[in-house]
Amino acid sequence: MSRGTPLLETRNVTKLFGSVIALNGVSFSVHAGEVHCLLGDNGAGKSTLIKILSGVHEPTEGEYYFEGSPVRFTSPREALSHGIATVYQDLALIPLMSIWRNFFLGSEPKRGWGPFQRYDIDFAKRTVREELGKMGIDIRDPDQPVGTMSGGERQSVAIARAVYFGAKVLILDEPTAALGVKQAGTVLRYIARAKARGLGVIFITHNPHHAYAVGDRFTILKRGRSLGTYTKAELSREEMIRLMSGADELEAISHELEELARRDVQEDAIVAHVEEQLAESLESEAEALKRHPE
Amino acid sequence: MTVTATSPPKTDERLANVGLVQILLRRPEIGALLGASVVWIFFAFIAPTNWLSINGVARILDPSSTLGIMAVAVALLMIGGEFDLSAGVMTGTTGLITGLLAVKLGMNIWPAMFISLLFALLVGYLNGLMVIKTGLPSFIVTLATFFILRGANVGVTRLVTNQVRVAGIDEAPGFYTARMIFNTEFTFLGAEFRTTILWWIAITVLATWVLQRTPWGSWIFAAGGDPNAARNVGVPANRVKIALFMTTASAAWLVGMMNDLRLRSAVASQGIGQEFVYIIAAVIGGCLLTGGYGSAIGASIGALIFGMARVGIVFAGWDTDWFFSFLGIMLLAAVLVNDYTRKQAEALAVARAKARTESEEAEP
Repeated sequence: MSRGTPLLETRNVTKLFGSVIALNGVSFSVHAGEVHCLLGDNGAGKSTLIKILSGVHEPTEGEYYFEGSPVRFTSPREALSHGIATVYQDLALIPLMSIWRNFFLGSEPKRGWGPFQRYDIDFAKRTVREELGKMGIDIRDPDQPVGTMSGGERQSVAIARAVYFGAKVLILDEPTAALGVKQAGTVLRYIARAKARGLGVIFITHNPHHAYAVGDRFTILKRGRSLGTYTKAELSREEMIRLMSGADELEAISHELEELARRDVQEDAIVAHVEEQLAESLESEAEALKRHPE
Repeated sequence: MTVTATSPPKTDERLANVGLVQILLRRPEIGALLGASVVWIFFAFIAPTNWLSINGVARILDPSSTLGIMAVAVALLMIGGEFDLSAGVMTGTTGLITGLLAVKLGMNIWPAMFISLLFALLVGYLNGLMVIKTGLPSFIVTLATFFILRGANVGVTRLVTNQVRVAGIDEAPGFYTARMIFNTEFTFLGAEFRTTILWWIAITVLATWVLQRTPWGSWIFAAGGDPNAARNVGVPANRVKIALFMTTASAAWLVGMMNDLRLRSAVASQGIGQEFVYIIAAVIGGCLLTGGYGSAIGASIGALIFGMARVGIVFAGWDTDWFFSFLGIMLLAAVLVNDYTRKQAEALAVARAKARTESEEAEP
């Protein structure tokens, strides 16, 4: 698939935390108008990879290219100024703050001059209403604290914010993880819409169904290594699930569960026996006391 | 683009459903306002003649003002997610520094005040820096600062003056101009008010403006609400926190100067124990101990409640020994009212969020 220079690319990126190898020679890229899903179990290195992409960590080894030229980000702000926006799992939204304050947090629109420069609140409220309207979210009251919104709405606020601030690449860290089926569907629709707008979307998830619904390419991470990148045509949903968890592991787990169940039965028997003995000894002690009331 | 957006008129309908009650309950200072009303009515019954006179009002506002200046600064810091236990003793330290420079070195009051301001800013900066760099709770870091300053206040003063107070500050050149600006009396409606009240009002307005109308306000709420999230979107949370520590130190300096200029002397024990009063006033005013929520106006009302209690007990002819017990009861009552209103607001908000989630799940 030759679609010119990818928006963002890493080559053989490795990250060490002390002696822990969090990421080992991972190559990854995303093009404009593409949804690239990053899959993997907990501890696979997904978070480390996106933290490198979003400028939180610097890679220990390997190269990072943005629009074809090598970059080195020392802070999330730098990555953001290149148009790499990350929507974190914890959303980077402040629950007690209003929607409009959250939306413009860190990039507040200003009016006025010099020391009288102030927050352009009218503009902020109006824009929030419009931008969320475009995403299909109808907010009743921009002053409403974000904490009182539903999970799907909060995700949409975070995504709409990134899109509004001119993101070229959108990194979404498990945006559907804590959502119900319907709400997850809403978020998946926004992902498709962002792609249609020509953004490169990196979609991190461990739900293969969600990934398969919107993804163009899939990279599977396991224990810090990449198991390869596949297009949708190359990989069936079943294969993807098998790769992600490992069929062998699933089998091992079911064995383990059986073993645990059996052990429970044994333990119950042991406990019952001990209790029986305890009761007996208490009884005899009581009798002894009766005989010698000292 | 098949947008599921609903038409604007529907939006307005639902906005109306929010209701005035919830909009009121959403304000953090509502609890404090209720508390202040209760205390005011209480003393209006107990000691009506003094309480309802213009002189009574002036008396109440006097202690409220300096306390209010501190409470507002402390509230900003608490909204930013931190505490400053050295704020009280700092009023003493800055007062002593100015006093010693003026009395022992014969300095003009203005440069003496300027030097103590620099000192306050430096300590505020170090407080902030230590909290940021060590990651320790500010409660601990500023408690250490509190003890260091408390010891130094007595130690240095005794070393220099052989006493624990610095007297005769009014002999310094420039004293009376400074007094005119920071802490003098003025007659209004036939009663004697103090200029500290004007400072208090100005600072409350300024703090409210910063919180509500400037980007810094958002940053302060964000730094206290979730500093990591704030940093992720580019808010300089560390800088905000350090600036807030410097703000409380500056406010302490201002109050220290006000005390010097009023009493014409400085005492080594000045301000000790006040740090909790500031925090309590801020909490009564609706600040959450966990940060990210609160109001400057609320903190001012909290300070007003303290002022009313302090003066009201005198007016009622009660033994002032009981002041702190009364304060304790007042605090408890105010916090309970606060808590109740907040829970009501939350319950409403949660009910609405739930209804929304359900309707979202149900939509075709």
